[in-house]
Amino acid sequence: MSITSLLNGMPGAVAQGLIWGIMAIGVYITFKILDIADLTVDGSLCTGGAVCVMMLMAGYGMVPALICAFIAGMLTGLATGLLHTAMGISAILAGILTQLGLYSINLKIMGKANQPINANNYDLLVSLRNIKGVPLFENTIFITFIFTVVLIAFLYWFFGTELGSSLRASGCNADMCRAQGINVSFNKVLGLVLSNGLVALSGALLAQYQGFADVQMGRGAIVIGLAAVVIGEALFGKIFKNFALRLLSVALGSIIYYIVLQVVIWMKLDPQLLKLLSAIIVAIFLAIPYWKSKYFAGKVKGGK
Amino acid sequence: MLEIKDIHKTFNKGTVNQKIALNGLSLHLKAGDFVTVIGGNGAGKSTMLNAIAGVWKPDSGRIIIDGDDVTNMPEHKRAKYLGRVFQDPMRGTAADMEIAENLALAARRGKMRTLKWGIKKAERELYREKLLALDLGLENRLSSKVGLLSGGQRQALTLLMASLEMPKVLLLDEHTAALDPKTAAKVLELTDRIVNENKLTTLMITHNMHDAIAHGNRLIMLSDGQVMLDIAGEEKKNLTVETLLSKFYQASGEDFADDSVLLSK
Ligand SMILES: Nc1ncnc2c1ncn2[C@@H]1O[C@H](COP(=O)(O)OP(=O)(O)OP(=O)(O)O)[C@@H](O)[C@H]1O
Ligand SMILES: [Mg+2]
Repeated sequence: MSITSLLNGMPGAVAQGLIWGIMAIGVYITFKILDIADLTVDGSLCTGGAVCVMMLMAGYGMVPALICAFIAGMLTGLATGLLHTAMGISAILAGILTQLGLYSINLKIMGKANQPINANNYDLLVSLRNIKGVPLFENTIFITFIFTVVLIAFLYWFFGTELGSSLRASGCNADMCRAQGINVSFNKVLGLVLSNGLVALSGALLAQYQGFADVQMGRGAIVIGLAAVVIGEALFGKIFKNFALRLLSVALGSIIYYIVLQVVIWMKLDPQLLKLLSAIIVAIFLAIPYWKSKYFAGKVKGGK
Repeated sequence: MLEIKDIHKTFNKGTVNQKIALNGLSLHLKAGDFVTVIGGNGAGKSTMLNAIAGVWKPDSGRIIIDGDDVTNMPEHKRAKYLGRVFQDPMRGTAADMEIAENLALAARRGKMRTLKWGIKKAERELYREKLLALDLGLENRLSSKVGLLSGGQRQALTLLMASLEMPKVLLLDEHTAALDPKTAAKVLELTDRIVNENKLTTLMITHNMHDAIAHGNRLIMLSDGQVMLDIAGEEKKNLTVETLLSKFYQASGEDFADDSVLLSK
């Protein structure tokens, strides 16, 4: 348990954190803005990875591969959105149904459960080989950081527009929105589409980073996304009020999650327990606001 | 301006909880009419407003606003004709958004929401002036979250939102009922001002008979999903609580003692 081995693991943790951070920003859109827990992400993450890997292997360039991964992700969000709004299925169940369906679709896209892509044979944008000792512009941390900043800038713009504002309002007060002529169902679908596009984009980067797309790669993604959101909020919520900074805090939350994970691995904790640990941490963080209102705010002060 | 023709609405049809909420309700409002609506609990007042707003479709009948038949129009499309203030101050505004953002959302009621910036610079100035006129000290809090406001402030803001983009009909469902008497009086005064300044066609539900008499140019009383009393013009002007009560008992043919619960003075 030398401290150098821990430090050696840090760049990887930061890179992974940034890549998953993009997914977590997608989760933020549904969970925090729309007030929907969208379980589609467990499937759409892999969809993005699968589409990207297959396109690269078929000889397409990086840009079309990423764009197609993004669009494929948007379609998965569309599926969930329509199940929810046009068919009246609860949002959670709609996400589970899409996620289940995607398992088959992802297998069909890849043709098998695991599709490796070798960084020696393909010119990949990010890779776990490119986190140390490479020029800055090839460095995965740098590239994913730029990605994150550009995405945050885009989302900051979008949620400031008339349409984006109405989307924020839809998650906040649906009654008010309908009274103000806002189509809440449409906005929910739009939010799910956008969110899953981002998740798939994250999956496309993740598949390149780890060198393969795997049908299991999105398992528990929603929990990681929620963890990033709640960690970011807990640590930076008080100081980051601006919307762009809030999105940044999600990315930072994701990085911190992976750093903690690195520490846990370094402490030689049984890796099989990692998911359990994540679930417990997220559960506690989600419970904090509830506990606060229930056990602290309710205390009557004053008097003797 | 507003025409309600023979509306029927039954909730939970065919179950033990079946409830006829509107039973052939008809009502015609001329442009500029300010109608106060009274009636006992469950008389169908809110149901009438919800039918106009399109919260759900009536079983039968037609609703026509400004010449357009809106009976089959979904709620969010119908919103372009309507300004609405709810009883619950929480319902009319988005708590997590700024005052200015709420106003900007309302200013675009009935318009396509585009990818243009959600709130222009000039708008802020306009909102500041409008808030100044409310005299609630909100003019310097444009960037405050609405969730920080009091119930009365939120209702006043909702009223302002309802009238930013001029509605054909303003629907107020006991919008002062959740407020303390002083705040309620202030919001009512504001209501009068906004309605009169803009000559808004208005339906205002209230449980307070004095308010129903003191405001508007016409008063209707609902009972069992129908209009039971309809008082306008000079008669409305000279109305007192006593004459209103006696009219009510005449019309219903019921006993004083039984019905005192129907109306709170
Ligand atoms: N969504 C609904 N589902 C089932 N029943 C309903 C629904 N909305 C209203 N009702 C019933 O319809 C009847 C009329 O209700 P409504 O809310 O219109 O009364 P109201 O005149 O507004 O009364 P109050 O003064 O109490 O607000 C009531 O018996 C009510 O229980
Ligand atoms: Mg009511």
